[in-house]
Amino acid sequence: MPIAFAPMEPAADIDDLILARVYPFPLRHLLSVGDLNRPDAENLLDLADAFVGLNRRQDKKLGALRGRTLVNLFFEASTRTQSSFELAGKRLGADVVNMSPRTSSMTKGETLIDTAVTLNAMKPDLLVVRHSASGAASLLAQKVSCSVVNAGDGAHEHPTQALLDALTLRRALGKVEGLTVAICGDVAHSRVARSNVGLLQTLGARVRLVGPPTLMPSGVDQWGGEVFTDMRKGVAGADVVMMLRLQLERMDGAFVPSTREYFRFWGLDAEKLAFASPHVKVMHPGPMNRGVEIDSDVADDPKVSLIQDQVEMGVAVRMAILSSLAARLENQR
Amino acid sequence: MAAPRPTAFLNARLVDPESGYDGPGALLVEGGLIAEAVRGVDPENLSDDFAVVDCGGAMLAPGLVDLRVKTGEPGAEPKETLKSATRAAAAGGVTSIVLQPDTDPTIDEPAMVDFLMRRARDLELVHVYVAGAATRGCEGKRISELGLMREAGAVYFTDADRPIVDSKVFGRVLTYAKGFGAAVAHRPADPWLTTGAAATSGELAGRLGLPSAPAVAERIMLERDLLMAEQTGGQLIVDQITTAGSLESLQRAKARGVKATATASINHLSFNELDIGDYRTFYRLDPPLRTEADRQALLEAVGSGLVEVLVSAHTPAPAEDKRLPFAEAAPGAIGLQTLLPAMIALHLDDGPPLLDLVRAATLAPARLIGLAAGRLTRGAPADLVLCDVEAPFVINAEDLASKSKNSPFDRRRLQGQVRRTVVGGRTVFEAA
Repeated sequence: MPIAFAPMEPAADIDDLILARVYPFPLRHLLSVGDLNRPDAENLLDLADAFVGLNRRQDKKLGALRGRTLVNLFFEASTRTQSSFELAGKRLGADVVNMSPRTSSMTKGETLIDTAVTLNAMKPDLLVVRHSASGAASLLAQKVSCSVVNAGDGAHEHPTQALLDALTLRRALGKVEGLTVAICGDVAHSRVARSNVGLLQTLGARVRLVGPPTLMPSGVDQWGGEVFTDMRKGVAGADVVMMLRLQLERMDGAFVPSTREYFRFWGLDAEKLAFASPHVKVMHPGPMNRGVEIDSDVADDPKVSLIQDQVEMGVAVRMAILSSLAARLENQR
Repeated sequence: MAAPRPTAFLNARLVDPESGYDGPGALLVEGGLIAEAVRGVDPENLSDDFAVVDCGGAMLAPGLVDLRVKTGEPGAEPKETLKSATRAAAAGGVTSIVLQPDTDPTIDEPAMVDFLMRRARDLELVHVYVAGAATRGCEGKRISELGLMREAGAVYFTDADRPIVDSKVFGRVLTYAKGFGAAVAHRPADPWLTTGAAATSGELAGRLGLPSAPAVAERIMLERDLLMAEQTGGQLIVDQITTAGSLESLQRAKARGVKATATASINHLSFNELDIGDYRTFYRLDPPLRTEADRQALLEAVGSGLVEVLVSAHTPAPAEDKRLPFAEAAPGAIGLQTLLPAMIALHLDDGPPLLDLVRAATLAPARLIGLAAGRLTRGAPADLVLCDVEAPFVINAEDLASKSKNSPFDRRRLQGQVRRTVVGGRTVFEAA
């Protein structure tokens, strides 16, 4: 018996889909989820959804970014985000250049702006940037003539992560609206948390923030979500538990007394997860500290864990963002 | 320098903080001093010896005295030189400035004080005074040669932006300086809280993901400073008070008779933390900008006289130090040339009376450091500013005289153009 394949969509359909939007993507840069209104976000997710199908085919190449140059400028080390953007760019036909300035001239005193101006002279079309300082992407966007995508700036935002999380949820649970999502852990230092709080609320979800009081940012009570210290109460009845990565250097008495104490009160294990909704799903932006913020039993349980799906959705979401921004570049010309 | 010709400033609006007079009048200047302040109508039978300046009804006030000015000299001349700073001061109607000691090398010995004052005198623009380092290298450990520096002309002592953490050292500096009749300025900040912070803790800093320190970091240290001043009987200058809580502490201490005088920077009176907006580094200041409630409280305190002195907190930082992500950018803003128009803006925006603001930037700081300036009285030095309070203009940072252009007032619409600045009877600036 022949193996059944899902029906193949021809590549041209997706180019059509990009062009056939009800209205074009309005932003020149993607710096913050705060710049997206609900229809923009839903549009991006629809497009990303279509890319998921494409990415599961054998021939994954498309022409939407043919002739375009995408520069990945990563001042902070990253495996999954950088490779995800690289794959997204290549699948759309762009020329992709990866730069990790930690190892190049940045160490010789060249500033962020100098690097940007130098890069800009090479006429890239899209610039993906990650930097350890909040506001770095926004600063770059003021100084270059191409489109800038924020791939993480300090403790500020990581908008593509929030979009891929939303796509993961939409595909796993049907919709984001009405879901109760508990975001747990080091909220204070997390750009993933800030972007998710913004986007999930834009899409109609209820957000809770759970973690030790020392890892809650100032003014968190004004973010629009409920704040919990007790994790069992925080996840009670939640549809989704989204764990955040804890930097290990914050563990040693600086913000929390010890790893074992943290795991006891805020690590996600089966016992705490039992307080959530029976159909609960678990997410983590990676890379995980197993046994610190999440127990392997939970992380690897295919019935509850969406962690692998998140990685897959990452490529599709980034393809949607890059093609949307590039389509707008075209309009300008 | 040849003695300038006697000059009569006629048809002026005299603003004299010493007598509290704000009204029409004329001023006669002779031999670098004020010979006579005439209230009401212009004097009759004026001798032909006088050169006449028709003020056209513009404000004639004592030149401003700015207690907190940084240049890049010595050690960081690309930021600002004494020449560029004094030109900015002259163009802004500031006739006396006090340099901060945290230069490279530090101004922590008498030869350095002498050197800077001589350098500045040769420029023949505005009066330049020096604040000596309270501790060697501004490191907060060993007392500098306060007596010798005082002899060389240092007007007060401070470690500038760096708090003296060790209370024993701070107490000794206050006590020792008191013996030489000098005040000690101290920035109240608990370094355990403020190190690495770029903003005030709160909704904005949390949302922007900026490293922040709670506003109480100021009050914690201020309480210590006030208690040490009470304990030692020394004269304390609270360097740039910014929060409503700190003002409460200050008020209580002053009511107990503690010898404390607080300064407020024009930046903290003019802006609040929301001006940071999308990581605008020209609003990265030290201390950081606070909430609007704090700004209002500060403005009220200047009006009531609780905060007695206004400073520009002039801190030049070149573009390469500001065009960085917010938390990595150098803190500080230039302000010498915009101080007076910014004061006028505060007054016009339902703020304190102009006379009170002028007093806080002239007579009050002059008295604090023992200068005869800041008054329109016979015998006082003829350090004057003539300013058209009504004239509107747009600040363009590129046009400012400072070498660094980090002005938070860039592109703001202000009122109050300086038409002429006079130092010792000699015109050092005249608007084109």
